[in-house]
Amino acid sequence: MTDVSSSEASSAESSPTAVRYSPLHSIHEQLGAAFTDFAGWMMPVRYSSDLAEHHAVRTAAGIFDISHMAEIHVRGADAGAYLDYALAGKLSGIALAQAKYSLLLNEAGGIIDDLVTYRLADDHFLVVANAGNRFAAATALTERAADFDVVVTDESDDYALIAVQGPVSRAILEATAGLGDFATPLDELKYYRETAATFNGTDLIIGRTGYTGEDGFELYIHVDAAADLWAALTVAGEPLGLVPAGLACRDTLRLEAGMPLYGHELNLSTFPVQAGLGRVVALSKEGDFVGRSAIEAGPDAGARVLVGLAAEGRRAGRAEYLLFHGDKEVGVITSGALSPTLGHPIAMAYVDPAVSEVGTELHIDVRGSRIAASVVSLPFYKREA
Amino acid sequence: MAEKSELQYTAEHEWVLVDGNVATVGITDFAAGKLGDIVFVDLPKVGATVAEGKIVGEIESTKSVGELFAPVAGIVVESNDAVADSPELVNSDPFGDGWLVKIEFTELPSMLSLDEYTALTGE
Repeated sequence: MTDVSSSEASSAESSPTAVRYSPLHSIHEQLGAAFTDFAGWMMPVRYSSDLAEHHAVRTAAGIFDISHMAEIHVRGADAGAYLDYALAGKLSGIALAQAKYSLLLNEAGGIIDDLVTYRLADDHFLVVANAGNRFAAATALTERAADFDVVVTDESDDYALIAVQGPVSRAILEATAGLGDFATPLDELKYYRETAATFNGTDLIIGRTGYTGEDGFELYIHVDAAADLWAALTVAGEPLGLVPAGLACRDTLRLEAGMPLYGHELNLSTFPVQAGLGRVVALSKEGDFVGRSAIEAGPDAGARVLVGLAAEGRRAGRAEYLLFHGDKEVGVITSGALSPTLGHPIAMAYVDPAVSEVGTELHIDVRGSRIAASVVSLPFYKREA
Repeated sequence: MAEKSELQYTAEHEWVLVDGNVATVGITDFAAGKLGDIVFVDLPKVGATVAEGKIVGEIESTKSVGELFAPVAGIVVESNDAVADSPELVNSDPFGDGWLVKIEFTELPSMLSLDEYTALTGE
């Protein structure tokens, strides 16, 4: 038996430097995790069963270590105006404590990274980048700051990031010993908002954000307090069904939720509009921003667009598998799996616009056999409000 | 479930239990663990002739795809229907109910002992 494809370790942006370990690594070892290299980090891929972890997040909650993510602070009087120039969205327009998904574009309109930005104060934003793009993002953000009154600092090494995701997440955080001083009570904290809080005297930032399609929270805390916070969350969460959850289920969860993964759905040669992210680019905002002229010109006519695919049976199309309409090659899968929640194969793929209509019947070449698949709207899974 | 020390192994992370001229084949716990939760197994049909070292099936997990190689040449005399219906058996009992195929052979190639296989996986 030979492993012929694996998407979990396929982040092509692996760091050339030595392998990095999360501040929570010893906890994962004690829990018996299997590890994978993700962007140069040894991260837990699963603790026991990735299916069980997936279902736990959909029905109760999972706790994830995503400390490999990058935290870049932007401080200064021009912070809002600077981010309007540096990123595709209008970050100056978000309210205090609000979070916004955005894109870091290059001059050609390609995507350097996708990011979540939190407004911590009028003149202070926290930009969270993907691990594999940490240095590209920090470099671009620093270069773009030259003409603004801002200070950009990559503080990733100071932060651990713990995500608690799933319908009982709020109850877990409220029951966690030592966690308190919420600037906004969690029952009043809306989705895509953050609040300051403390854990045993250590400041932390809690965002009601995530990458699973469920309600949940992401807790940014200094590395020195991270292990104690993980332990306290676990003690509070276990009676409510909380399980440690690895990157394998994080990937199937985000895929079901139709969320793009950098390196799969997004890359330097993809325009936001192709990825269905046209709404993320604020063309109406005043002034220039990096990538504007290229975005206004748009991608080439006939450029492929991202769609969802659903198939029957249990055989999944996977990243890089080709799509056919009749005998014509019309696209390629960027992420695919047997959906644990839905029970049938799902995929995201780039296809020719002519075959991108919902309901179009295509075939996936699954290692030599043709599997029928239909174009469906994204996301595949949406939680009940 | 057979004793692991009674089995022979391949570098492709398969195990083989020899009983007379029939080899029962499965994948090791190491392989099952590396794959993660197995959700689909495609096995050769009974009566199929298989050649040693050739791909005869597929084992898919949520995250990846593994290929099943025939560790011996011969004819498939039994294919584990239970695994086709419940692929998770390969995770829960890789050396027992999670067996995959039985191949009737005339000649047995040289395979690895448990010690040799363990040295290979480093576990």
